[in-house]
Amino acid sequence: MKVTELIYLTGYQLKEKLLSRGLTAQEVVEGLFAHLDEVEPIVRAYLLLDREGAMRKAREMDARLKKGEGLGLLGGIPIAVKDNMCTSGLKTTCASRILENFIPPYDAHVVERLKEADAIIIGKTNLDEFAMGSSTENSAFKLTRNPWDPKRIPGGSSGGSAAAVSAGTALMALGSDTGGSVRQPAALCGVTGLKPTYGRVSRYGLVAFGSSLDQIGPITRDVRDAALLLQVIAGRDLKDSTSSDIPVPDYLKEIEKPVKGLRLGLPREYFMEGLNEEVRRAVEEAVKVYKKLGMAIHEISLPHTPYAVAVYYIIATAEASSNLARYDGVRYGYRAANTQNIIEMYSRSRVEGFGREVKRRIMLGTYALSSGYYEAYYLKASKVRNLIGQDFSSAFESVDFILCPTSPTPAFKLGERLANPLEMYLSDVYTIPANLAGIPAISIPCGFTRENLPIGLQLMARPFEEAGLLQVARAYERETEWHLRRPEL
Amino acid sequence: MAILDKKTIEHVALLARLELSEEEKELFASQLGNILNYIEKLKELDTSRVEPMAYATATKNVFREDTPGPSLKLEEALKNAPDKLQDFFKVLKVIE
Amino acid sequence: MQYETVIGLETHAELLTETKLFCGCLNRFGAPPNTLVCPVCLGLPGVLPVMNKKGFEMALKATLALHCRVNQFTTFDRKNYYYPDLPKNYQISQNYLNLGVDGYLEIKYDGQEKRIRVHNVHLEEEAGKLIHTEEPGADYSLVDFNRAGVPLLEIVTYPDMRSLEEAEAYMNTLRNVLLYTEVSDCKMQEGSLRFEASISLRPTGQEKLGNRVEIKNLNSMKAVLKALEYETGRQRESLEGGGVVAMETRLWDELRERTERMRTKEEAHDYRYFPEPDLAPVVIKDQWLEELSATLPELPLARRNRFVTELGLSDYDAGVLAEDKAVADYFERCVSHYESPKVVCNWVTNDVLRELKERRLEIKDFPVGPEMLVELIKLVETGAVSMPVARGVFVEMVDTKKKAPQLVQERGLLQISDSAELEGIIQAILTENPNALTDYKKGKKTAFTFLVGQIMRKTKGKANPQMVNELLKQKLEAS
Repeated sequence: MKVTELIYLTGYQLKEKLLSRGLTAQEVVEGLFAHLDEVEPIVRAYLLLDREGAMRKAREMDARLKKGEGLGLLGGIPIAVKDNMCTSGLKTTCASRILENFIPPYDAHVVERLKEADAIIIGKTNLDEFAMGSSTENSAFKLTRNPWDPKRIPGGSSGGSAAAVSAGTALMALGSDTGGSVRQPAALCGVTGLKPTYGRVSRYGLVAFGSSLDQIGPITRDVRDAALLLQVIAGRDLKDSTSSDIPVPDYLKEIEKPVKGLRLGLPREYFMEGLNEEVRRAVEEAVKVYKKLGMAIHEISLPHTPYAVAVYYIIATAEASSNLARYDGVRYGYRAANTQNIIEMYSRSRVEGFGREVKRRIMLGTYALSSGYYEAYYLKASKVRNLIGQDFSSAFESVDFILCPTSPTPAFKLGERLANPLEMYLSDVYTIPANLAGIPAISIPCGFTRENLPIGLQLMARPFEEAGLLQVARAYERETEWHLRRPEL
Repeated sequence: MAILDKKTIEHVALLARLELSEEEKELFASQLGNILNYIEKLKELDTSRVEPMAYATATKNVFREDTPGPSLKLEEALKNAPDKLQDFFKVLKVIE
Repeated sequence: MQYETVIGLETHAELLTETKLFCGCLNRFGAPPNTLVCPVCLGLPGVLPVMNKKGFEMALKATLALHCRVNQFTTFDRKNYYYPDLPKNYQISQNYLNLGVDGYLEIKYDGQEKRIRVHNVHLEEEAGKLIHTEEPGADYSLVDFNRAGVPLLEIVTYPDMRSLEEAEAYMNTLRNVLLYTEVSDCKMQEGSLRFEASISLRPTGQEKLGNRVEIKNLNSMKAVLKALEYETGRQRESLEGGGVVAMETRLWDELRERTERMRTKEEAHDYRYFPEPDLAPVVIKDQWLEELSATLPELPLARRNRFVTELGLSDYDAGVLAEDKAVADYFERCVSHYESPKVVCNWVTNDVLRELKERRLEIKDFPVGPEMLVELIKLVETGAVSMPVARGVFVEMVDTKKKAPQLVQERGLLQISDSAELEGIIQAILTENPNALTDYKKGKKTAFTFLVGQIMRKTKGKANPQMVNELLKQKLEAS
């Protein structure tokens, strides 16, 4: 099998080949790194590669296959992990100077699950520093490029993970999604990205940004791989109080079931001004596919949508200002030299260790919580957040799923939006509400622009309805071939 | 109109332990001012009868049993420390 | 002008759990530095807290013991401030929906009972420990995080105390309540019980409170009282001189025995509390409250009062017994085997407490159990041994862990109550001391005492004192 074929297999296809002994895990890893050595200088998706660990795991897999032993759910599949999830003994930097040399003594819960499922972890991917951003340009270490057009951003904050899956330098990846950070880069890189229900996947070991919004999710080549990866990472974890004990269903079991008769809602607030025409057309075409599949299409209203970005930027930054207080140069991380007293030590270490976007958000969040402003900002935002949640609960009384674009525009050019933070924030307008409401949402490829840039379709569902969400996404995928297109690098 | 003067920026920066440069202070004053102006739109909504939503899940009463779990070895605990002395983390003198 | 002192107290008590509040590290005092730490209590990136059920229940128990209204929907909040001993630079605490509010503690001082109202009781995590080196000119401090994350209960009163004595009674009573409910070991020397005081003065009769001063760095109850006394004086002087007392936080300087203004910037006091998103709210159903209430012991003051009314003890003795739950339990177990509480009370308050103190024992480790003590008391009651002998036997019981009858047997200490035997001994003493007999005849009463002493000496204290008195009197009168 040629390397170029190998690297664009899905995870489950690869696993079948390994089990039928058509390939060895070592061939896979070697092939993948060979391809990576060619394209990574262009894409720059990784902050750290664990070639040695990956090869060791591959040899272990091969030995087990030779003995006729089975493999775990992700047996032999090369997976990339966003660098804001702790990996024991491997640097975890969050793309920040302040954690440049931090080596966690423990694995994030999801990393433990990957290892137990026999995944081959090949490296840690680039992100916006502390997952704060929509373009991965806020990384302190490198710029990741969109594999479809290296002059453009891959989206963010899980830009490294999405670019790697898109460029064939990982078969699957984990991202984290606080306001769209899995779905938006997936959309912009032409791959599948799922943000599970808040509480579906343990956050233990995910470096916190907005604790009431953060959720880890799969970034994959297709919907079935997303189901497979979710299967491995979902479920109750005793170390995360907010992880749910609702049973995890078999996500692949009913994924091919027809969607006829299911009700699909189109929120009118998501199709107003600001939406790129090509994106609009692609999404409208997708609606036609669902109509053809026998789904009932309804126009619905989520009236508080226009407030979502404002709410999000208060709550996420308030939580972040507190979550990021621990980076003080005492127990780990960067410490500024030659400071005169403890306050100066903190303030200089932090001002030198954090990048500009992180500082901006810490400032905003601190302000929103400070004496005299708490009620006007944080409390007010928490109340409007409730209204946004109620919008969804009422909508889900009359429809089963909600369809809309993932991002108002395709990938923009590097540097294009750096000067105006607010404009950058507004590009998350379609993804933020699912985080505020805690509901699951998926982005799947639904077309390309004239410039050959991928367009993403977003589907949302009731809490813990990932199985149905995957089923509906898969139904579209079966009818289309967008997810099979590969960038030319 | 929310306007952030330099004094406010300096106060917030102290709370957040960020020794901002003059340039950053000015930049943030104007950028955060813009963002806050945008956020003003929340005031359009009457939320007097709305409960705040602080948690994204309905989960309640999550406990662990009072049973010991593993601690780190001393070397592991101190491994990432920027400065240490003997078995302690070392910091600049803290005066009460 | 006369001034009235107004005092409020904030108490921090470490809870007696096996492990920390949010992780499985041991909650232990005195371990080598930074050995009881894990990613969670070190605040490493990515970690999350999970509430220790036992810790939560202990806090709830104390809340009930302090008669608080329990917030049956309670949540945790982050208190944000930077300090090197605080790993996350926020403390998980409670601010908006405290575990308990509006309770009270009943104190008894100078025979008067008074309720000190409790403003709130809440649960939070401990910080680590900063070590300031003694090394001259050292420009550094050291941090040990073993204590970080230990469960901590905070109890805040209203400014209801009006004198040092009331403050002292409050501290003692609160300590007893926490010991009684077995939620804290209250060892001030180990820091598991700490106080902060607030104090203001106002002209007697005035309703409006004066400017309040908060005092920190109080390492013992004695320090609290000394600091309050110092502050009372300082504030009175200031007011009498026409000055104003500044609202501020002051630190008690143990060496110089005075309070000093704390050097902190005001802006450091914006804690930016907001709900802790990493911890689920706790809903406390009635049933849970009822179950916990059922485990609450009778509280010290109630027990003290019951000892007076039901057992007929003096208020003083009742107070001594009720102060320590284990001692009071010991006493009551004795009483359940013996009908005279007063006799038992004398034994416990004198002999038992003395031996405990001298041997630095806790009552749970005391070799003489209640049943053993009652056995000894009964030997006295039946006349088998005399009181002085019994006292000696008691000490020997503590030394040897042997039971009273065995010791009495071994040492031949049975009381001589046989009149024929006693008469023989008396006759012998009279023969040996003819002068004493003469003196007695002359009306010298001391001769009688002398003779009794001689008899006791000869019998090594075993002679039944009452019978000796009677028989000797008869003999002297007859001769």
